Formats: sequence, C-alpha cells, structure tokens
Amino acid sequence: MKLLTCPINGTRPLSEFIFGGEYRQAPDQNTCSDAEWAAYVHNRQGAPGDKKEWWYHSPSGTWFIAERNTQTDKVARTYLLADAKKVVKESK
Amino acid sequence: MSLRNSYKPGEWINRAKEINFTFEGEAFTAFEGDTISSALWAAGQKVLGRSFKYHRPRGVLSLANHDVNILMTDGTDTNMRADVVEVKDGMTLQAVNTIGGVKKDKNNYIDSISPLLPVGFYYKAFHTPRKLFPFWEHMIRKAAGLGIVNFDYPRILKRKLHTHCDLLIIGAGPSGLTAACKAASAGLQVTLIDENRHLGGSLSYDHGGHKVSAEYGEDLLKKIESLPNITVRVGAYAAGYYPDHFIPIVETGGITKVRAKAVIVASGAFEQPPVFRYNDLPGVMLGSAAQRLIYRYGVKPCHNGIVFTANDYGYRVALDLLAAGANVLAVVDLRAGGNGGLHNLELCKRGVKIYAGHCVYEAVATSDKSKVRGAVICAYDDKNNVALTDNKFTVDCDGIVMSAGWAPAAALLYQAGTAMQFDYDVQQFVPSRLLDGIFAAGKVNGIFELDQRMRDGERAANDALNYLGKLAVNTNAEKHSGGAPSHAYAMVPHPKGKNFVDFDEDIQIKDFENAAKEGFDNIELMKRFTTVGMGPSQGKHSNMNAIRILAKIRGLPVEKIGTTTSRPFFHPTPMGHLGGRGFHPHRLTSLHDWHEAHGAVFTDIGAWKRAAYYPQFGQTKADAIQAEAMAVRKSAGLIDVSSLGKIEVHGPAAAEFLERFFTGKYANQKIGTWRYTLLLDEAGVVVDDGVASRVADDLFYLSIGTANAAMVYREMQRCQQEWRLDIGLVNVTGAFGAINIAGPAAREILSSLTELDLSTEAFPLGHFRETTVANVPTKVIRASFVSDMAYELHSPMRQVPQLWNALMDAGKQKGLRAFGSDTQRLLRLEMGHTIPGIDTDGLTNPYEIGAEWVIKMDKPYFVGQRSLSILSKRPLRKQLVAFTLAANFKGEVPLECNLVIDSGEIAGRVTSISYSKFIDRIIGFAYVAPAKKAVGSSFDIRTDNGLLVAATVVATPFFQLQEA
Repeated sequence: MKLLTCPINGTRPLSEFIFGGEYRQAPDQNTCSDAEWAAYVHNRQGAPGDKKEWWYHSPSGTWFIAERNTQTDKVARTYLLADAKKVVKESK
Repeated sequence: MSLRNSYKPGEWINRAKEINFTFEGEAFTAFEGDTISSALWAAGQKVLGRSFKYHRPRGVLSLANHDVNILMTDGTDTNMRADVVEVKDGMTLQAVNTIGGVKKDKNNYIDSISPLLPVGFYYKAFHTPRKLFPFWEHMIRKAAGLGIVNFDYPRILKRKLHTHCDLLIIGAGPSGLTAACKAASAGLQVTLIDENRHLGGSLSYDHGGHKVSAEYGEDLLKKIESLPNITVRVGAYAAGYYPDHFIPIVETGGITKVRAKAVIVASGAFEQPPVFRYNDLPGVMLGSAAQRLIYRYGVKPCHNGIVFTANDYGYRVALDLLAAGANVLAVVDLRAGGNGGLHNLELCKRGVKIYAGHCVYEAVATSDKSKVRGAVICAYDDKNNVALTDNKFTVDCDGIVMSAGWAPAAALLYQAGTAMQFDYDVQQFVPSRLLDGIFAAGKVNGIFELDQRMRDGERAANDALNYLGKLAVNTNAEKHSGGAPSHAYAMVPHPKGKNFVDFDEDIQIKDFENAAKEGFDNIELMKRFTTVGMGPSQGKHSNMNAIRILAKIRGLPVEKIGTTTSRPFFHPTPMGHLGGRGFHPHRLTSLHDWHEAHGAVFTDIGAWKRAAYYPQFGQTKADAIQAEAMAVRKSAGLIDVSSLGKIEVHGPAAAEFLERFFTGKYANQKIGTWRYTLLLDEAGVVVDDGVASRVADDLFYLSIGTANAAMVYREMQRCQQEWRLDIGLVNVTGAFGAINIAGPAAREILSSLTELDLSTEAFPLGHFRETTVANVPTKVIRASFVSDMAYELHSPMRQVPQLWNALMDAGKQKGLRAFGSDTQRLLRLEMGHTIPGIDTDGLTNPYEIGAEWVIKMDKPYFVGQRSLSILSKRPLRKQLVAFTLAANFKGEVPLECNLVIDSGEIAGRVTSISYSKFIDRIIGFAYVAPAKKAVGSSFDIRTDNGLLVAATVVATPFFQLQEA
C-alpha cells in the first residue's frame, strides 16, 4: 500500500486518505467569459505529469496539497494550501 | 534398491529419527527433514505423479517448489508440493490427478491419443453446440483436475502481522547473505527471508564436487548469526510487491506485511530444462534438482547417469554426481565447442566421456514407460538447430541430468516496475532500470560466478546504504565473466515430438508452432491459446523457452517478443492467508439496541446502520411500510434520525460562510429560525440539501442528509482552506442524536413532556427552540419533511434513548409507533419533497427540480453561481414533476429508473415511485420534457416488460388527490 505524508500528521498509509481532485485556480467569475468558465468546470488535463492535487487525511480532517507525478506516482512534496506561497518561495 | 547415501555434513535430514509414512497404500520410511519426494526417490519410487493433461508419469524435476506434476493429498490438504513439503510420521499420501494411483493411472490412455488432442482442441471441439458444453466441461474437469477440495477442511486461523525494517532482503543465497552481513554491519535493521527451510541457497548444494562453496556458506551463516540486527525468516516467500516497498511475506502460520525502507531482491534464478523428446520421463531431472537430492537429502539421483548440458553448469553437476557415487556415463554438451573449463579437465581425468556438439536426441523409456532406461545421443548442429541422427547411438542409463540455463526469478522486480532488458552475454533478462530503493543482486541480476555473486551482494548493500543516507563506497556493478550461463536455444527438434516445454500443461514445441500458424503469434496471445505458463508453476520453467520458441518462429530477437505480465501472488497462496476481518466501519445510533429488540430491518446509509422498517407478525416489507406511514398520517410516528449530519459553524463570518457555501441567504436570518440549504458543485449540479438553524449571530447548526454528511463536511473544510474566513467548523454528528416525531398527535404527545409552548403562534413552522424534553436538553426544530405537524428533536447522543422511551410512553395511548427510513421515504414523497441523489443525479441543475426559490443570484458569490448564470440563460432540457397513475391502477407498476417515453423517444425517467395507502394512489417523481410539466398533462412510462403506462402530472403535496 502506498504511503502519503500529511503535513500535519506525517507519513500514513494511503487508506487513510481521500483524493480530492486536481488543485486548480478558478478564473475570476466576474470577468471571465462563459467559455472560460465552462472550460474550468468541465475540462481536466489528463496527460500524465507533475500535478498539484487535493488530498484529505480522513481521520484528522486535514486537506492539503500533494505535488505528484501521475506517471511515476511519485509525490515530490505535500503542504497545506495556506503554506503554498511559502513553499513556492522556498523552492526558488 | 535404496539410493540413500551415507551421512555428509550440511545435509538437511536427521538420520537419528526415522519416519514412517504410506504413499498410495505402500509403506515407506524416511528421515526427519526429508521431503515427500526425496524420501520416495531414496526408496527407488520414481513415478511420483501424473501430468495434468496426458497423465504421463512424472518424477523429480526441480525439487525447488516447481514440481507441479507431483501434487499430493494427505486427505486434508490437497495439492501439497511433494518436492518441498516435509514428510511427517504417519502421513497417508496419495497423488492427485490419477484414477487408481500413479502406477496404474486409468487415464494414462490419454497419452496414447494425444495426437488427437492438439493445443486449442478443447476450445474448438466443445464450444458448439452450446447446450452440450456443460456436459463436456464436466468430463474435461474430471479428467484434468488438480486435487479435490476438501469441504470438511478444519478452520485454521492464520495470523496477520505487520512489521517494519530498514532493508528487506529476499533470498538468502550467497548474494543475499553477503548483502545482509554488509548492511547489518553498517547498522541497518535487516530482514532476510528465504523460501527454503534453511539459509544458504545454492551454497547448500551447488558444490561442483568440491567443498569451497559449503565453506563460504558456513562462514556467512556464522556471521549472520552473530549480527543481532538481522531478522531471519525461513520457509517464507515474498508473495508480491506493492507500492512503497510493502511486501507480504507468507509462511505456513500466516502472512506478515513488511514495510521496508529499501529492498534487495536476491531471489536467484529458476533452472530451465532443455527440450528434447521424452525429457519428462522420471529419471530426467534438472542439474540443480540432482544437486539438491545429493547434498540436502543424501540421495543419489541415479546409479548410472548422463549429463545433458548446454552450459558450464552441467560440468559442475557431473562432478557432484561423481561425488555422490553415481557413474557418469557421458557428458553431452549441446555447444559445438563444449567447454566447462577446469571442470571439463577434471572430468576427463576421471574418465568421463564428453561429447561436445552432441545432443540427447531422445530419452528411452522402460517397457512400462514408467522411467528412463537410456538416452539416444547424436551429433548436433548448434547453429542451425538440427540433430544429426546418422550416427546416433544409445547409452543405457537410469538418469539424465540436464542443464541448459536459467530464467531470473524476477517476478517481484517486474511488479516493482523494473525495466528489464535482454543481455546477450548471459542470455537472460536483467534489470536495466530499478525504481528508487529497490536493488537486485546475484543471478536475478545476471551475475552467476560465486565470488562475483558475493561481491554483487555487497555492492547492492552499499547501494541500499547510500539510498538510505549512509555513506558506503564500492558500488561498482560487475559484469558477468565467462560464457553465457544460459543457452540461446537448447531445444532439440524431433519429428515425433513429445519434447515438452511446459510440464504443467504438457505443451510441446509443435503446439507453439501450431498456435503461431493459427495467428496466436504474440506472447500474450500464445500464452492464452497454448496455456503455457498458466499452470500452477506459472511458467517458472517454461515461459523463457516459450519466448525463445516464439522468437525463432517469428525470426525476431528475444527482446522483441517481450515477457508476459507478472502479478501477485508469486506463488499459489492458500485462501486462509488472505481471508480475515473486513475493515468496513459502520456507525450505530444510541437507539440501535432498541431497533434490534423491536425487529427492525436494517439498511446501510452512508456509514450508518439505519432501521428501515419494523415488520410485525410476518408482515411483508410493503405492508409494514404502509402501516407505519398510516400511523404517521392518522396519529403519530417516531423515527430515529440520529445519523443526520450535524455541523456547527462558529464565528463572526459564519453567515458569510453559509452564503458562499449554499445558494440561499443567511446574513439576515433571525436567531431561532431555520432555513433550507441547497448545495451545488461548481458546475451548478445539485449535491445536497439540509437545514441551517441560527443559534446565535455567530453560530449556525446545520443538519445534513445521512448519506452525504461526510462528503459535505469535507467539502466545507476544503472551501474554508481556500476562503480562510473567520470561522470554525465542528462536526457534531456523533455528539448529537435526533428523533423526529410526526403526525397529527405529535404536538399533543410532545407537549406532555416539555414546558415549551408548542402552539402555532408561539412556535410556527420555520422555527426552532432550545428547551428540555423529558429532562433531556433538546433542540426542537419545527420542520415538515414527512408531515406538516412534525418536530425534529436534537439531543446529546447518549440521552436520546431516554427521550425516545419517554415519547413512546407518552404516545402509547395516542397510537404512536416507530417508523423506519424506508417509510420516511414514502412519507416525504407524499409531502412532495425531493431527495438529492435519489431524485437528482450527477447532471441535475436546480432549475430542473424547481428549486429556483432558494437560489439567490444577487449574492456576490456562492459555489455554482457562475455556472447557474450560464445555465439560467438556456432552455431546460428536462423537468422533475410529481405524477400519479390512474386511480385503481391494476397493471404492471413502473419501477424507479423506468424510462419516460415521448413519441418513441426517451424523455426522462422515474426517480421515485410508490403506492401510498393513505392517498390510495401510485405516486412518484419523474423527469419529463419541459413541455409536459404543466399540471394535468400526461406522459408514458415504459415498464420493465415494455408496456407503456400513462401517468398524469399533479401538484404537490399529493394529498390533494384524496379529495379528487
């Protein structure tokens, strides 16, 4: 069974986690066109590669972001959404 | 004519302890530590089993857990592998898959008609006419079964364990042992496993007539013993590889799931048989099997043997045979130049005749066909794969020991995503790219010389140490030196065939040729058509030869053929190891015992067990539901709704959170009132609904339908991660239970237990109050989901039974009774309320269910708002309507999901439908074309049997039908 690292609770077996889909930034709903919004709502980039994903540690109720390569199934890092900016800055 | 030798150090048997057992009625003796096969072989019993398809006699082949023609039963267990299962005192053994025992198997006639049973025969012969297939299937299964399942099998519980280690080493041969010593010396916690009973791997049998390897083995074992941080598990096999180094280890007593930080696969290689006519006769065995017999069990493989080799290994085996006191009449080397290096010279010196560039053209059977009595030898053109039979000659012998090469035991490596490439220097698939933390060492890595294997083990340990962040030097991988350990094509053609490639399924070379001719010339197709590798050994001694044959047929290099997929489990694993407790948690309300005591039928909703209805005195489900519903309509009913999701939203921004999360408005909601909540997803699809009670300016109490509660709470948490409002979410689902009391008598019953003024003026619909009922602190919500007169009572979960019992007592005289969740569904239908997930699906938008009233588009934002702004501009495609069938409808009643048909086209479907005894009509919800949504218009529903039933759109609640 795969392991995943919750930023709060540490490394736990995958059975404790729930997948929450790809993390995507919504376009500004007040300025975007109908087509842009529809594309955001309905289209997903299915090509394998590095993805930011929502994951939920079920026993503790922790949502976090996992950067995972969907081809190799390797998780580069995980962090809370609130720390996303910090993480991006650190990696630069 | 015993073949047992005298004592030699290192053997696995205890000669001090004799064991008695019977095989097919005949008494045998053995030593403690003997396997069934070694004991029988020592006694001169050479026919140990019969083959699966042709019922040909078979003896020892590998003695390494791959002798799948030698399956036995002791009356309890079946398909025991005699080549590795230890014989026990008093065992009464039978071979499986025979009629009348191995010696006189009545099915042996099948062998003589084998030309009539070509590969694919069953597929073609018996599939038409279809109605006869069950008959043929019965016959085939009887003729070709493997053992009989014992239905009186005792219940044997197998333990399940979890364990962790730094480094898991699979295989305790020279490379695995060296790696374990190295890694443990560097401080790692090492788990070392081997499927054999003792450590050592080939060190315990591959001696080449000398003692060097045995001495190496002793040194290594001493070192292993001296290192406390090595955990050794013998008689244990790694059954599969799962992500992040999660490996189930199977032992007799149970399964241990090991989570390792790194893994070294030192699983070795399976010796592969050369293919020639009658290579399956008892007495013809693999070189490594002969060595195992000699050194582990002190048993001579034969008296007068011939070694048929296609590599240098056969020369080592010949020396071991001599050391065991057997005569070696000839070493027949398929290779034009022969070789064997120093071993060759030694054999020559000892007078063994060596025939280079020769082959065993066929083995010769005794007159009763039960064992080998000679070998026909002739020259062989290795380049063109032709036997030159002009000067063939026969040598009498009672054993042919064969060495042609190896196939890596790479199943775990494949499962771990290892890329393998074919290395022509060793004529073997070897790992070319390994995933992080997985290392291969030894024969599985294409390294065969003993000293090289030990260095490769050390190299792998160093690689693992580096991977685990410990500095280690010398990680240079060596290449195999010397000739190829495996022959490129050790298969001698013979016009009469019976040259077996797969012993599990009796597949000969010509079967592959025929399969290819019929177009099954891809390895996966060929596997399925010929069934090669599909027997109990899963191709461990046949897949590699199958690949080589296919490569030759297609004129392609071996690596272009590819290999079949390796899946867990590596080895047949008894069901007992896999069976166990299910881990499906379910939740019970505090009233569960009451429901059980009152005969409730339970249903699973979300994670909860809910009482669905309470059948009385043999009532049918439908009768029980109608009776409970009538009670609610005529007097009062009580339902346990403790499974409702209950969430508190605290904080100054609580109302703002709700307004962003749900479609409605909550900022101006008065304290002491509740409002309906509707949740959409970003696409504007209806997800769930519920009730939000405003307890204080900064506190809302939400109740959410049972099935979606966990998901809705999760979604709230995620939105809060993004919105970061000044709120806190508390899931109080388990902390509070809830009861709904509904029906005309509900108010009267409730008022007897509380001081709260329940009059409509003081406590109207849409309000809630906090009070005590029967001395239990209770939040009373005046909702109307199942009845216009209903109160939802939320109380601390543990006090709910007290409240429930008090209500039951108070209502006894008023006809109060319990009703279940199935009845609740009928009641809400009568009220005209929809349920998301039942009356909606993954595409339903709120306009389609007439929920415009709760959508406040003038808010700055809510989930799904932007999508609704698009959807609202478009014409509706379908509309949910309430309908009824004709009064006194007597035909076939439509079911949920039956289609609504409009001029022959599908226009929608029925989402809810039920007979209501109270209304005395069949009522329901259905999606129809928007043009048909007006009250009074009619549409057709197609039943399961294809009848069209007319339905009429009506207004809700359905009670109006009563007057009509």
